Amino acid sequence: MTALFIIIIVLFAAVAIWQMVKIFDLAQVSTDTSNNGIATDYDNKINGYLMLAFLAFIYIITIISFVYWGHLPLMSNAASEHGAEVDNLMMISMIVIFTVQIITQFLLHYFAYKYRGEKGKKALYFADHNTLEAVWTIIPVIVLAGLIIYGLFTWNSIMNIDEDADPMVVELYAQQFGWTARYAGQDNVLGMANVRLIDIDRANVLGIDEADPNAEDDIIVKELHLPVGKPVLFEIRSQDVLHSAYMPHFRAQMNCVPGMITKFGFTPTITTKEMRETPEMISKVQNINNIRADKSKELMAKGEEELDPYEFHFLLLCNKICGKSHYNMQMNIIVETQEEYDAWIAEQKTFKESLK
Amino acid sequence: MSTHAVDIHAHDDGHGHHHKETFVTKYIFSQDHKMIAKQYLITGTLMGIVGVMMSLMFRIQIAWPEEPNILFEALLGKWAPGGVMDADIYLALVTIHGTIMVFFVLTAGLSGTFSNLLIPYQIGARDMASGFINMLSYWIFFVSCIIMMGSLFLEAGPAAAGWTIYPPLSALPMAQPGSGWGMTLWLISMALFIAQSLLGSLNYIVTVINMRTKGMSMTRLPLTVWAFFVTAIIGVVSFPVLLSAALLLIMDRSFGTSFFLSDIFIQGEVLHYQGGSPVLFEHLFWFLGHPEVYIVILPAMGLVSEIMATNSRKPIFGYRAMVASILAIAFLSTIVWGHHMFVSGMNPFLGSVFTFTTLLIAIPSAVKAFNWITTIWRGNIQMNPAMLFAIGFVSTFITGGLTGIIVGDSALDINVHDTYFVIAHFHLVMGISAIYGMFAGIYHWYPKMFGRMMNKNLGYIHFWITAISAYGVFFPMHFIGMAGLPRRYYTNSAFPLFDDMTDVNIVITVFALIGGAIQLVYLYNFFVSIFYGKKATMNPWRSTTLEWTTPVKHIHGNWPGEIPHVYRWSYDYSKPGHDDDFVPQNVPLKEGEEELQH
Repeated sequence: MTALFIIIIVLFAAVAIWQMVKIFDLAQVSTDTSNNGIATDYDNKINGYLMLAFLAFIYIITIISFVYWGHLPLMSNAASEHGAEVDNLMMISMIVIFTVQIITQFLLHYFAYKYRGEKGKKALYFADHNTLEAVWTIIPVIVLAGLIIYGLFTWNSIMNIDEDADPMVVELYAQQFGWTARYAGQDNVLGMANVRLIDIDRANVLGIDEADPNAEDDIIVKELHLPVGKPVLFEIRSQDVLHSAYMPHFRAQMNCVPGMITKFGFTPTITTKEMRETPEMISKVQNINNIRADKSKELMAKGEEELDPYEFHFLLLCNKICGKSHYNMQMNIIVETQEEYDAWIAEQKTFKESLK
Repeated sequence: MSTHAVDIHAHDDGHGHHHKETFVTKYIFSQDHKMIAKQYLITGTLMGIVGVMMSLMFRIQIAWPEEPNILFEALLGKWAPGGVMDADIYLALVTIHGTIMVFFVLTAGLSGTFSNLLIPYQIGARDMASGFINMLSYWIFFVSCIIMMGSLFLEAGPAAAGWTIYPPLSALPMAQPGSGWGMTLWLISMALFIAQSLLGSLNYIVTVINMRTKGMSMTRLPLTVWAFFVTAIIGVVSFPVLLSAALLLIMDRSFGTSFFLSDIFIQGEVLHYQGGSPVLFEHLFWFLGHPEVYIVILPAMGLVSEIMATNSRKPIFGYRAMVASILAIAFLSTIVWGHHMFVSGMNPFLGSVFTFTTLLIAIPSAVKAFNWITTIWRGNIQMNPAMLFAIGFVSTFITGGLTGIIVGDSALDINVHDTYFVIAHFHLVMGISAIYGMFAGIYHWYPKMFGRMMNKNLGYIHFWITAISAYGVFFPMHFIGMAGLPRRYYTNSAFPLFDDMTDVNIVITVFALIGGAIQLVYLYNFFVSIFYGKKATMNPWRSTTLEWTTPVKHIHGNWPGEIPHVYRWSYDYSKPGHDDDFVPQNVPLKEGEEELQH
């Protein structure tokens, strides 16, 4: 598949270059003016037609991209409450964008073709038209006003965390190159922490203040479990450099800034198990596993180990350049029912128990 | 109001040297704006070659991750043991690629070349206000280039914290090897770069304000000069802020201050820093960083406006609106920087404000795009290579600009921030577009710079293959970005989730390789034409502006005789009542002819 792509593209490029050289060479002979570097009527004609061809190319690459890769964008199947709203806004913006793109690219390239130069033709002396300009000032103003208002409402509803909803507080802790999560425990209050208090020997890896009673029932884990339907409020820290807590399936992202606590909250709406059973995810995973199976064959032929089959997980990944292993800083997120979550959390050691 | 240049170089003999020119004063320490423009162009081109080579290398790594490659072994040496690129050097490559392309190519190479070349020519001045400062600014730029290139040969590698050099990553040598001497040299190089940029900008501003020839009122200025003028103003307003950020970062790095750093535990030890904030750095950086993209794109817009009018044989449509939109963009550009920081942890209310101001920029941008389209409507379009690149500019500017509606909207930015979607957006709207503007300018003013023509057929091939490659690279990139693929990942193979994007990345890289290779045609055309191109005539494109009234052979002081006076605006193409389809600015109005009130 990939090899085919490459061959087609290379072939296409080679033919294009060859054809163009030929065409332009012919153009030289037919006009027979020494090539003084200035376009002739023949050049205008050829390039005029190429403008139309290029317009077609833009449309075709758009269509091809949608056919082959249209399933990739995360614009549906959001796993959080606000995610659906974001997807909706994205869809509206995309419709606006594609409408404008299709029309303006058409006008630009079609005019370039239609009004290609000919000797003896005279252009229209047309320097100004207030009504026209007013029209294409006011239309964008109206469209943008709509998008801005919708966008701002969405943004505010995402960022204004409703404390009355009693969100479950979880700390996300970033470091080169991994994530740790800390649950606030029974009291739902995180114990105070500062990296200056880190004591590796006592296994106090997050720098939690041992004297703070709120810290006693905190739970430190390497895998994030979230009960479905319950609002969660992340308090995000970093111990060394900037990181960014990116959870694409939840349409959530917030930077991790050393020296301050940043916040982001959302409500997961679908469990990992349910997500795996959605038709979109089944076909995505199937596709990925086919690709991995092919790759495994190649690896086996080279005498290397084959790849594990892929099983879907929600992910937390780092999205701010943070050093050598930035590309591999991940943590699984498991969304489950309240009962499953309760059972899991009950098995975890509290901070007090985990101290050495 | 239009003041006459103090005519220090008035020569009537056509060559006129008050002082003897040696090789050194003519070609090296030249104070002549034309020579300095060429120096900027050639230095910028050389830097561009390095920048593009780097991008091809990391694109190969992304498409075929961790596969041994002879190219890497040859070029990267110990950083690619066995031909496999090291992860640290991958980050260094993306960092230096960004730095070189944004600053050294698209700021100095573009603005430095064409502001120097065209401002004195088009306003009718003998030279820049200060030839000496002009020379100084080029040579500071040159030193800055040398230092940046020198950093590539450091033991620990060059800066690798991304071109935005966010601390603490950029501040702590223990965070990554590139943050040692590599970052120090980066900062020194950029400090010099800023100095040259400020010197250049002040010179441009003073020249435009004071040295316009008789009759050259501000409303008769070609849009190129307007664009350069406003660009210089943005530069003067915003570059010093980056300099202050760089200085504070140097203090944090070397003198133990805590402007940007606080509470850091790294490699088993707590550092002494307390009370600073990386978010402060982000504010300072983007206060320049965002206007910077307009510093890059406005000159390209100016060049494109000029080239479109000339080659359409039509006046630019809506001159007043074009000037107004340049001014509006310039003003808005200084109050939108926060849209790079929606998820940085700053107050969400600020996010709302910056979303509002950011989307406002779409309005003057839309006006410009529609005015360009109307300019070619019912024209008599001469498809010179410069014109093709100008049309290409409008095309990519629209495609790239439209996605700005998404990344500029805080609610949508949450999920596409720092993904390939952003890369696709800004490469199209200010990378590819600005490069197209630069190419358009080079093809168009090549006869003015070198007295010879470039080969147009090679120009056509260069344009069409480049245009196809550019869309081939950046259009599919939107899709993987919206799928949540983060940028600056050395390989995507650590996430099985991204396995279905392997083929997209290969397609992108193949297009990038084709697009990179075709630039060799351009380089060949550029360098060979300097010596073997067809001799140019005085006004090959039949243009109206003053630079085409100067002799082909460069002389000190530009015009052999008097500086021409200006009687009309610069866009009298196909004006009814004239035989020719262009009327140069220095042709007096005919009896009864009215100047267009604009």
